[in-house]
Amino acid sequence: MSQSIKYRANRRLNSGKFDNILNFAVIGLLAIGTLLVYAGTREWFRSYGLDPEYYLKRHSINIVIGVLLAYGTTLIDYRLLRAYTPIIWLAAVIGLVLVLIPGIGSEINGARAWIALPGGFQIQPAELAKIAIIVGIAMILADRDQTDQDPSDLDVLKALAISAVPILLIIAQPDLGTVLIISAAVVAMIGASGARAIWVVGLLLLAALGVFTAVQTGAVNEYQVARLQSFVDPNADPQSTGYQLRQSRITIGSGGLFGKGLFEGPQTNGRFVPEQQTDFIFTVAGEELGFVGCSLILFLYFLIFLRGFAICKRSSDLFGRLVCIGVIAWFGFQTFENIGMAMGLMPMTGVPLPFLSYGGSSMFANLIGIGLLQNVYARSR
Amino acid sequence: MSQRGKINLIIFQTLIFSLLFALFGRLFYLQVLDSDRYQDAAISIQSRDIVTPAVRGAITDINGSPMVVDLPGLVLFADRSTLDRQADKGVSILSRVATLFRLEYSDIYQRTRLCGELPRENRAGCWNGTRYQPIPLIGNASQELALKVIENSDLYPGILIQSVPIRSYPSLAGENAAHVLGYVGAVTDEDSLNPEKNYYRSEIVGKSGLEDKYNDYLRGTPGVRTFLVNRKEIVTKESKNIQAIAGNNLITNIDSKLQAAVENALESAIFRARSSGYRGDSGAAVVMEIKTGRVLAMASYPTYDPEIWQRGLTVKQAKDLFSEAKGVPALSRPIQGLFAPASTFKSVSVLAAAKAGYSLTARYDCPATVEIGTRTFKNFGSEAAGRIPLDIGMAISCDSLWYQIAYDEWVRDGGLKPKSNANDHFFNAAKAFNIDKITGIDLPSELKGRLPDRQWKQNWYDQNKNFFCNYKERAKKEDLTPYLIEIARENCLDGNKVRAGDAVNFSIGQGDTLVTPLRLAEIYAAIANNGLYYKPQVARAIVDVDGKVIKEFKPEVAGKVEAEESTWDFLRRSLRMVVTQGTAAGVFAGFPVEVSGKTGTAQVFGRNPNGSAKDDTSWFAAYGPTKDPQYVVVMMVSQGGFGASTSGVAARDVFAALFGVSGNRVDPERVIFPNGVPKTIAKVDLTKAAKESSNKQGKIRVGSVVVE
Repeated sequence: MSQSIKYRANRRLNSGKFDNILNFAVIGLLAIGTLLVYAGTREWFRSYGLDPEYYLKRHSINIVIGVLLAYGTTLIDYRLLRAYTPIIWLAAVIGLVLVLIPGIGSEINGARAWIALPGGFQIQPAELAKIAIIVGIAMILADRDQTDQDPSDLDVLKALAISAVPILLIIAQPDLGTVLIISAAVVAMIGASGARAIWVVGLLLLAALGVFTAVQTGAVNEYQVARLQSFVDPNADPQSTGYQLRQSRITIGSGGLFGKGLFEGPQTNGRFVPEQQTDFIFTVAGEELGFVGCSLILFLYFLIFLRGFAICKRSSDLFGRLVCIGVIAWFGFQTFENIGMAMGLMPMTGVPLPFLSYGGSSMFANLIGIGLLQNVYARSR
Repeated sequence: MSQRGKINLIIFQTLIFSLLFALFGRLFYLQVLDSDRYQDAAISIQSRDIVTPAVRGAITDINGSPMVVDLPGLVLFADRSTLDRQADKGVSILSRVATLFRLEYSDIYQRTRLCGELPRENRAGCWNGTRYQPIPLIGNASQELALKVIENSDLYPGILIQSVPIRSYPSLAGENAAHVLGYVGAVTDEDSLNPEKNYYRSEIVGKSGLEDKYNDYLRGTPGVRTFLVNRKEIVTKESKNIQAIAGNNLITNIDSKLQAAVENALESAIFRARSSGYRGDSGAAVVMEIKTGRVLAMASYPTYDPEIWQRGLTVKQAKDLFSEAKGVPALSRPIQGLFAPASTFKSVSVLAAAKAGYSLTARYDCPATVEIGTRTFKNFGSEAAGRIPLDIGMAISCDSLWYQIAYDEWVRDGGLKPKSNANDHFFNAAKAFNIDKITGIDLPSELKGRLPDRQWKQNWYDQNKNFFCNYKERAKKEDLTPYLIEIARENCLDGNKVRAGDAVNFSIGQGDTLVTPLRLAEIYAAIANNGLYYKPQVARAIVDVDGKVIKEFKPEVAGKVEAEESTWDFLRRSLRMVVTQGTAAGVFAGFPVEVSGKTGTAQVFGRNPNGSAKDDTSWFAAYGPTKDPQYVVVMMVSQGGFGASTSGVAARDVFAALFGVSGNRVDPERVIFPNGVPKTIAKVDLTKAAKESSNKQGKIRVGSVVVE
């Protein structure tokens, strides 16, 4: 009992105890992202006689909401979050089911991933599912009598089971990019939990096999095969995905060392790269800010990962550590997938770039993720 | 956390930072190492050039009177992408156009086809550019018909009418000069890929003749407006606006009045030959100023109307230009026609004989025939003239005296076992005139003559010995006559050697010797000028639109043939005797200006397409006035019969025009160059051409879009 009191006293939230380097990096990326979203849309909207600040305003609103959500996330002790985990998980699964129902879910670019809300807003349940899965797995793998005990095979199976449901639902959309990111986070968390190595190796093999059979049996939609093929040979179809990938690379490459200057990129202003405020936001940075600006962006990500790992090591309990690992894996793979795609290193999968891309659901989810990290930080030793 | 968990965490940490590092590496490659390539690619994606062609410079004659000038004309263009979008691929639109303009539908259709779309053998009249350029359908359309298209534009989708500068040929002195002037056309794929040329797709550029040679001056600088476009091809910004700069004018040495006279003389020579029963398939004429090499007139027959390129070639016109049956009008015979020079070449042989030590004042036998080896060489007309002085031999054009001299020289050089230090006086005399080289005239695609010397024989043999040594197997059936088989056997045996027959034939400009009419003009210019001769030049000067001289083409010495003063005097006296008492005496009887010249009647081996044996080539090479030679005139009619009666008469007509001769007297009013060829560069005066055109066309603004 006394232990419990001490526990609470020690771990009371203290806003001065947030990781300021992490905050700095995130705020830096949010600021750059806001400029990039504006740069990527103002000429486009102006050319149609529409409000050039339309996206800028909406993006700013998203950030404000996201920051409030992040702050809210830090208010509840992360260990108490466990209590809410089943609710979050259930909400995510319901959302993922709803999204598949025609009339509720709307289809964009061949994937049924959005639920339209009144007022022109849309939510993407898959983003919520990321948080649900990370927290859920952390809960199961960390829930043990003795803290120095490694998770049992049964725990691992349970963890896989609660992640399999949303993953299968996302495959059904289909949104392979998100599936890959979630799977990577799951594998990273299982690995870091101290589970037997056979699980990590087995899951990696399973993932490889899964991608292979999905392509072979046609479980993957045609547009996804086209995206993968255009990665292998970007000149195969000049008008569609190969076109986008080539345009994207040209746009980034043409930025050179110092870029064309903010708002001055002709490729950006001509909208030669589609989706440049969302999935291809990095091309705007590449063209207008150049190598120097892009290096700064990569450095800010580096700071986030660096602080993420530091928070992970600071955390006194496995649950906190696993949440951090999950969040880092999510941000890390999603960043690599997105920027890698823009530069022709990765196939086109259509995931937003954390903190930079326009998009409410992903912005909220990303900032909640940061909230989780700060939560763990604030309640560590 | 367990040990395993910690190790896994380190592995994971390394992985995340490695991925980040990979992104950084790729970024460095794209934006630093390979950035130039991507910047070029980006520019080609974003910018669109709209090119306004510059007004092309005029080409004038020596007095500044225009022979070609850009004048505004209405042009019908077809937009292939609009036509292709029609349900019938534009067939009905094109047939409406054909009906309205009273043209063949097939011609109109052909003009809209890209050359690459058509089979190789059916490309005449096709469009040489791309699908995305406006394709000119009808040049110089009448205003009345163009208005009908404009008024009913809904019936003519994809047909645009624009007033654009087009090449016009005012022909103020009645001259044609098609081969000298050349023609212009659209930029081809080949041109646009050539980095040296730097042409814009929509430009009109020179394709042949002066238009091609001096294209860089005439072309001007096209105006370019560069727009930045977005992905939907909507213009977002104008990034550059460079005004077009009109091309410079080219002043030539051609005198348009003389040119017209030369063309008429050549044409009447052809008709004269035909009325005498010869085929007279083609001809050429050259007039040059001896002491400068300036080409004052140059004609080729058959010719064509240069306007056809502007109006749009019909399939038939395109085919006819290169048709054998029509005499290949596209060929510029003064520089591309190769013919045996025959007796005109004896002037060269005189120099050879003099070098070899033959006395020019001695008498030589001129028998009816000369036996050389197993072959009999006949004098022209198989008549004997007895023992005659060499100048008389030149005047009456005795062949047989040359047979003897050439044979003796051949023997002296070792015959079939040539000495290593053979004199080769005849070959060397010809070589001194550079007959195996091009003259270097400022016109494209000139051909060089052929000097069949020892080296040429060897090369020829190396290429053909397999054929001659296997003649019975390889020759066509109809060529297996005993005579030809014997020739083949000889060729196989010692075809690499200059044989007695070759040497003999060479001395009278027959056998394998070939020259262009222009080269023969150079030879006679040299003879008239003690061996010194100049590079033939058509261009006189390049001047800009304000008349400022950009470039002047000064006379350039092309060579100097060395011979004794007495030899030149003898040769010139002989050539005067040709006109006063020799083969051309009849033609020039009573001509009031003293001129000198030499006839030539070349035997031609081979057959016409209809199977008849080819008629002789008729030549006349001359210069005048005899006392102070100013002009060289060469006239040639292929299959034209005798030198004097066909070409000699035409050359006399040219001299008559030059010196203002009418009847038996000189009319000072009609002399073409009363004070000699002008020494100063003329002022360009384009007003007459514009007036000529405005009478035809009415008023049209240049460069304005009439309909779109």
